[in-house]
Amino acid sequence: MASTRKFQLPFDRNEAAITWRVVKSSPMTLAGAVIAVAFVALAIADVVTRDAILPYNPYALTTQLLRPPSLAHPLGTDDLGRDVLSRVLAAAPIDAEVAFSVVGVAMALGLLTGGLAGYRGGLTEEVIMRVTDIFLSFPGIVLALAIVAALGPSTLHSIFALVPVWWPTYTRLARAETLSVKSQQFIDSSRAVGQRPSYIIGHHIFPNIFPTLLVYATLDIGNVILTYSILSFIGLGAQVPTPEWGLLTVQGESYLRSYPWIPIAPALAILVVAVGFSLLGDGLRDALDPRVRGTFG
Amino acid sequence: MPTLLGVTLITFLISRVIVPDPARTWAGFRATPAAVAALAARYHLNAPLYIQYFYYMGGLITGHWGVSPTSGRPVLSQISQYFPATVELAIAAIVITIIVGIPLGVVSALHHNGKYDHGIRFLYLAGFSSPPFFVALVIILVFGYVLNIFPTQGELSSNLAPPAHITGMYIVDSLLTGNWTDFVNSVWHIVMPATALALTVFGIVTRITRSSMLEVFQKDFVRASYAKGLAQRAVVYRHALRNALIPTTTVLGLLLGALLSGTIVVESIFLWPGIGYFALQSIENLDFPSIMGVTVLFTLSVVIANLLADVLYAVLDPRIKI
Amino acid sequence: MGEAKTLPAAGGGEAVGFGDAVLTIKGLVVKYNTFRGELTALGGVDLNVRRSRIIAIVGESGCGKSTLGLSIIRLLPVPPARVAGGEIHFAGKNLVELPESQMTRLRGTGLSMIFQEPLSSLDPVYTVGDQLAETIRVRDERVGKPSYGPFRVAPAPEESHRTASRLLGARLPRPRASRKYPDEAIKALREVQISDPELVAAKYPHELSGGMAQRVMIATALLEKPSILIADEPTSALDVTTQAQVLELMRELRDEIGASVLFITHDLAVAAQIADEVVVMYAGEIVEHAEAGQLFSNPMHPYTEGLLQSFPRKFKDEEKLKAIPGDVPDLRFPPSGCKFHPRCTYAFDRCRVELPLAKEVSPGHRVACFLRQ
Ligand SMILES: Nc1ncnc2c1ncn2[C@@H]1O[C@H](COP(=O)(O)OP(=O)(O)O)[C@@H](O)[C@H]1O
Ligand SMILES: [Mg+2]
Repeated sequence: MASTRKFQLPFDRNEAAITWRVVKSSPMTLAGAVIAVAFVALAIADVVTRDAILPYNPYALTTQLLRPPSLAHPLGTDDLGRDVLSRVLAAAPIDAEVAFSVVGVAMALGLLTGGLAGYRGGLTEEVIMRVTDIFLSFPGIVLALAIVAALGPSTLHSIFALVPVWWPTYTRLARAETLSVKSQQFIDSSRAVGQRPSYIIGHHIFPNIFPTLLVYATLDIGNVILTYSILSFIGLGAQVPTPEWGLLTVQGESYLRSYPWIPIAPALAILVVAVGFSLLGDGLRDALDPRVRGTFG
Repeated sequence: MPTLLGVTLITFLISRVIVPDPARTWAGFRATPAAVAALAARYHLNAPLYIQYFYYMGGLITGHWGVSPTSGRPVLSQISQYFPATVELAIAAIVITIIVGIPLGVVSALHHNGKYDHGIRFLYLAGFSSPPFFVALVIILVFGYVLNIFPTQGELSSNLAPPAHITGMYIVDSLLTGNWTDFVNSVWHIVMPATALALTVFGIVTRITRSSMLEVFQKDFVRASYAKGLAQRAVVYRHALRNALIPTTTVLGLLLGALLSGTIVVESIFLWPGIGYFALQSIENLDFPSIMGVTVLFTLSVVIANLLADVLYAVLDPRIKI
Repeated sequence: MGEAKTLPAAGGGEAVGFGDAVLTIKGLVVKYNTFRGELTALGGVDLNVRRSRIIAIVGESGCGKSTLGLSIIRLLPVPPARVAGGEIHFAGKNLVELPESQMTRLRGTGLSMIFQEPLSSLDPVYTVGDQLAETIRVRDERVGKPSYGPFRVAPAPEESHRTASRLLGARLPRPRASRKYPDEAIKALREVQISDPELVAAKYPHELSGGMAQRVMIATALLEKPSILIADEPTSALDVTTQAQVLELMRELRDEIGASVLFITHDLAVAAQIADEVVVMYAGEIVEHAEAGQLFSNPMHPYTEGLLQSFPRKFKDEEKLKAIPGDVPDLRFPPSGCKFHPRCTYAFDRCRVELPLAKEVSPGHRVACFLRQ
């Protein structure tokens, strides 16, 4: 895997160029990239402008109750007269925040534990990997659900609960990558010239395993949003009146028969964003695959 | 075995350590201080942790999984009441998943990088990425409300009497007792929730079938099978697929995990009286003992599924000897 | 193309106008589309294969031997491979244009192929007996004979049963004691010198040695009695003793069922032991084709000469071994003219610009070299 990569930092210009060419060549990956960028841009813009970029105030109650989609309200209005489109869009920041914090923390933890396990080997590795395997044998949502139930429902607690679901994957990845990097020559030569382990880890191992982890992180953003929205749907994630996709769906569930856009629109938003990140992540994974790279390199 | 111990250690930690006030949480939020104290004494909640763990494991093994503060009934007895419906739903969903997932994986591999392959990859990515409630709501809307083909709620129409209780699974029981009305009706009821569940998980099967088929296609024996004159159909199904199914068994645990997680949402939406529905009720009531009961049950199921997958792997692969 | 010697006419079905050839290849061009550019693996191959002959195809690794074998039986990986031109005539048909359904019917009974790695050529999940039974069934279905009954997709192997029982810690009911395999399968195993065929039939491929597995592959070929067997380095993975036994089986195949064997090898010693004729390939082209004795005693192409000199022969051990200087060309950017000219000590101007075509320089001896024309 990493054998073609050397001392360079994660994405030097050449790497980035090849990666971009691979991504560009696949329409599905490109579509994923567009969705991912749009989602992040929307989240940032919404936070910065304090909802001002939305068509309507997502919290403002009006007398226009349960209006069907129209030019003024493309997704109609809900039972309190709020614009459904604005409420769906207003959920982007909170979902982005949860997804990026969970994946960020999980990745950092994974990098640390996995790197350590791979580099040190022996008992350290044994213990770390055993614990990792145990966490991996839990069905994701069930573990998160138990933790949130213990801590009490809230978004912060959801983040706490989702990290243990995600870090084991990163630990495994980081360990595997560390092992493959470690077996390469230049590490031996660094060791031979007497460099400290911390230097070797920091300068050789991390930069080499980082790209792979980033790809998985991309895939996972969508998955975390999905899981978090499920937590919200079952009442353990975001709490009213926060606009959050899972919560919006469960609130609109009873209107499915007569006003289907109210529950369907937020659920569809999750699907679109999750598919976007999956497509992008899948494409990036191909891009880092030396067999595919050969095509373009 | 080490996995089982590890898993229960974690559920123990969740239910006794990371809970801010275990006695209070276990007793329920409406419990009186006296009741809380009584519960703490009964479950040794003031003892040192290792003693507590000892009692916790003892309780798990002997079937004392706590008492629901909401209903006042033992958790395990409630779970066993809801369990058959979930087993029934999960089996139906697994059947659909296999019927749909494996052929799609084969087709995808046969058209590697072609139009069908891209289409199927998109389908299962979308399946993975769909929240189960999205799939469930769309199915209800289309097939329940608009086309009005399938019933949208429950296990059996309310005007029918449930079949005599044998396994607790309506389809099986009605079949065993020859109650055809109930049988047809309950099959009719299971179609939509099972399909909703299957749609979110079939990708797990499709993806691994696809990739292991692609791997097997590279093997010499595939070429040799063609060389001795076998038609493509025989090579693909009798040789390639038979070999590709071996790695496919490894996702059994993953599949069951995803499926059981999905039941929490799907059963609630379809008002299917199974464990998932029970879990959601418990969450709404903040009934912590019941939530932990469901957690333990689901996790144990997945661990056991993984063990079964190992057995299945060995049975399918003559090279493995244990 | 006229053959000097007269040989008994080949069995039915050969194309009219090609003498007694069972297989005729004309101008076959095969290209591989690689990510780094298209390479021409076969650059116009002409070959006549007569009945009941063992023809060794020799040449350095990468010269296109396997590609030639695979294109005859049409099992090239498509993509990246593609047949860019030429014809392959067999049984009165041009295989290059034959629909896949008809091609399938020719494989096995008309053309068969065995490969270098015998162990991986057998499906790991079925017993040897099951795989031979499958072969028999396929063969019989072609001629409409009643078959040995359905091929069992889920065999009840002793091994799995034992494993499952152990894993579950319980004794499961035993499956049928031991499978009965078709007598013909057992007979075929005996014919390839397997001493306890019943036992071997019940084994899974991973329980066999390489030599045993290759004999099973040959038994498969024996069952189908192909007119042409393509053997792609069938002995390269075997030890010397087993190798000799396999070579002996090839001879039996020729003598008893009249098959022609295209014996691909990079080992001249093996070719010398077994071949009736030798075809020498270089960079995707046939540079020399002659009777084995003729070729070894009187090589005409400089490349053949070089090959023979680089190959240790006991009876000439006083002679110094000489490796051919230079490297095999990159087939994406082949040299102009004769592909061998950059490495050829005799090369002159014409060799650099013009491609020498194969000419018959003496009866049955064809060479593609300007030196000989
Ligand atoms: N699947 C393939 N993709 C691309 N190039 C290939 C492939 N198979 C063979 N080649 C190329 O075709 C040429 C001939 O290969 P091959 O027929 O395997 O030679 P040989 O059997 O004589 O060693 C080589 O240059 C090889 O690199
Ligand atoms: Mg070869």
